[in-house]
Amino acid sequence: MEQTATTLTSRVPKWALAIFPLVLVIALIVLFFLLNPLAFFTGAFPPLEELTVQRVLFPEDGRIQLSVINGGPDPVTIAQVLVDDAYWNFEITPDNTLGRLQQATIDLNYPWVDGEPLPIVLITATGITFEAEVDVAVQSPQTSAATFVAYGLLGIYVGVIPVALGMLWYPFLRRIDRKWVNAFLALTIGLLVFLFVDTVLEALEIAEEMPGVFQGIPIVVFGTLFALGVLLAVSRREGGGSPLAIATFIALGIGLHNFGEGLAIGAAFATGAAALGSFLVVGFTLHNITEGIGIAAPLTQTERPPIRTFILLALLAGAPAMLGTWIGGFAFNPFLATLFLSLGAGAILQVIWEVGKLLINDAQKRNEAAVSWLNFAGLTAGILVMYLTAFLVKF
Amino acid sequence: MDESKKGVSRRDFLRAGSIGMAGLAGITGLRALAQPATANALPPFQEGDDGNIHDHGGAGVVGQVDHEANGFHPHEILTDFDYGEVKEENGRIVREWNFVAIDKEFEIAPGIYFPGWVYGSETSAASRRASRVVGQCPGPTLRCVEGELLRLNFTNAGSHPHTIHFHGIHSAFMDGIPGVGRGMINTGESFTYEFEAKPFGCHLYHCHAVPLKRHIHKGLYGAFIIDPDPEKYSGEEQEIAKTRNHQYTENEAVNEMVIVMNGFDTNFDGDNEVYAANSIAFGYGMASPIPIQRDQRQRLYLINATEFDPINSIHIHANFFDYYDHGTTLKPTLTTVDTIMQCQAQRGILEFSFADFEPGLYMFHAHQSEFAELGWMSFFDVRA
Repeated sequence: MEQTATTLTSRVPKWALAIFPLVLVIALIVLFFLLNPLAFFTGAFPPLEELTVQRVLFPEDGRIQLSVINGGPDPVTIAQVLVDDAYWNFEITPDNTLGRLQQATIDLNYPWVDGEPLPIVLITATGITFEAEVDVAVQSPQTSAATFVAYGLLGIYVGVIPVALGMLWYPFLRRIDRKWVNAFLALTIGLLVFLFVDTVLEALEIAEEMPGVFQGIPIVVFGTLFALGVLLAVSRREGGGSPLAIATFIALGIGLHNFGEGLAIGAAFATGAAALGSFLVVGFTLHNITEGIGIAAPLTQTERPPIRTFILLALLAGAPAMLGTWIGGFAFNPFLATLFLSLGAGAILQVIWEVGKLLINDAQKRNEAAVSWLNFAGLTAGILVMYLTAFLVKF
Repeated sequence: MDESKKGVSRRDFLRAGSIGMAGLAGITGLRALAQPATANALPPFQEGDDGNIHDHGGAGVVGQVDHEANGFHPHEILTDFDYGEVKEENGRIVREWNFVAIDKEFEIAPGIYFPGWVYGSETSAASRRASRVVGQCPGPTLRCVEGELLRLNFTNAGSHPHTIHFHGIHSAFMDGIPGVGRGMINTGESFTYEFEAKPFGCHLYHCHAVPLKRHIHKGLYGAFIIDPDPEKYSGEEQEIAKTRNHQYTENEAVNEMVIVMNGFDTNFDGDNEVYAANSIAFGYGMASPIPIQRDQRQRLYLINATEFDPINSIHIHANFFDYYDHGTTLKPTLTTVDTIMQCQAQRGILEFSFADFEPGLYMFHAHQSEFAELGWMSFFDVRA
């Protein structure tokens, strides 16, 4: 019996065997569309409409611009636009009927009031409504040199400066006892653990804003695992484990995190959500200072690197925040934000792994317990410092 | 308004509507209504020379409602009085209508379609124009004279049980509510409501099937006007009654209009997305105002059929009017006012004139700004 089967398939060319199931699938699809065996169910199926307002811009006084995407399976026709519970004239390009995953831009001439919330509702041909929540109407950043510089500076304040300031603790870290250095490494792990949780939560939050079809949560999970896998592989290949390599990877992970943070800050400023302004920026500065300590701590395990190395590490960890504020301020995209935050989470997970190994190896070498009370205290302190400074930036 | 992400099918309502009409033809055996050929075209309502909505500071809807597709037109409903058929039985005047309820999807604002339930009458202007019974929202304005015997042959060609409940004086059996008399009239069934027309006034009728809120809000309501009989009054009252009674030449001197204030909750969240005078958002807006001969006396029968909101109102710009609450008196109940409000099902008659006014566009609207900006905003085009 088995023999005949083997001879039967062995006579057929290999390519045909590969294609055979595909042919059947295509035949099945054709049959489904021709015979419509699910007709029994479709009678009660309403057209599923799902519109997502991706962005509301206030380009100038008296003008509003919305970008909309149809994330549902059926085409959706936008019939009218309501601003603050009033029908308002609008123009929509390219068309008021949006196919699956199609986008459109809606322009309105509306005398919006600076600094006040403004509910905007899209109403479709079937009368279903979709709301665009505007926390505060504020003028959106213009693509001018001045705003570009301003958003860049914002990135420097929250990214580069705090990281660089934190790294200034390096001479201090070099002078202290090995036990205390280990405690600071544990503190680094603590703050990285906090950042990991924070980044994942942030990613999940933005993922929620995306149309369901993009599957935001899988992006977060697999983006994280992907970054972790790639960085682990790279660090192995580089021989990894050297203090400088670890510091570099920490800087990279923090850089990706700061990119995501920059995106969020830029978008918050652009959409008026960041009403707290300078308080928020000071908060981020304090919050991110600890990141500098994290990068500097592993470098105490080797001889002092040149200043250039420190500058490069500070830029690697901090400069992505600038890139983030630019993109967040001028072209916020929830898909990209989710993706980068997830990659950042994976990168942070990888450095937690590396720094943890550094501690464990050191302890094993000296026949000590890696989880000493001092190290545990450092870890807890790292989480606590991040948690408490986050009070300044969470609202 | 609350956000709602799930769509509701409107297409199957269309299907149900056409099936309902086919069934109706069989049930009542509609006869072809002889009409002049020109009656098939919509009357020449002015939509603005350029076809665009005129600018009102950017406020308002974009585009035009396809009234032809709806089968009814707000300007037609405004002045259409359905007198039914009058005959004499045993020395008594009997007024009879053939009435239906159907499922019908119609456009309430440009591009926004509402899956409604509506009434239609064989003798409405829309039905005569189409030579078939056309469902309309608000329902046909029934007009009669006090003391007449009214007979309303009702057929339910809709997909749900319905009734007709008249605001007037009648027996409990004819009240059109579930559980009393014939109660709810099921799909495909018929019932004849019969009662005397009293008291005179500006009234309304609506479906009283349960769930009540949904049955009313879907569009099952209309104006029900009982003219006073001048022979019952004398002196000055008799003269006033003559101007109110459509059978007297004194009535022809007055320009009579009907507006049913209504709203539509298009996403069914218990809050209206569209408010209107006679169903169409901005239906009498700048692009298609109501023409007014300024020297003519104006009479507006106003009925509030708005669901979900406890009150609706009207305010006429740059003018004042006399108001007859419920229309059941020959003397105004309020004089020289420019704003009145009505609770749900409250109604009344407004009388005013634009004599000696500068010609131009005079606005009138609900003085709930929200209602106005959601569609209940209109204009009189006063002409010399």
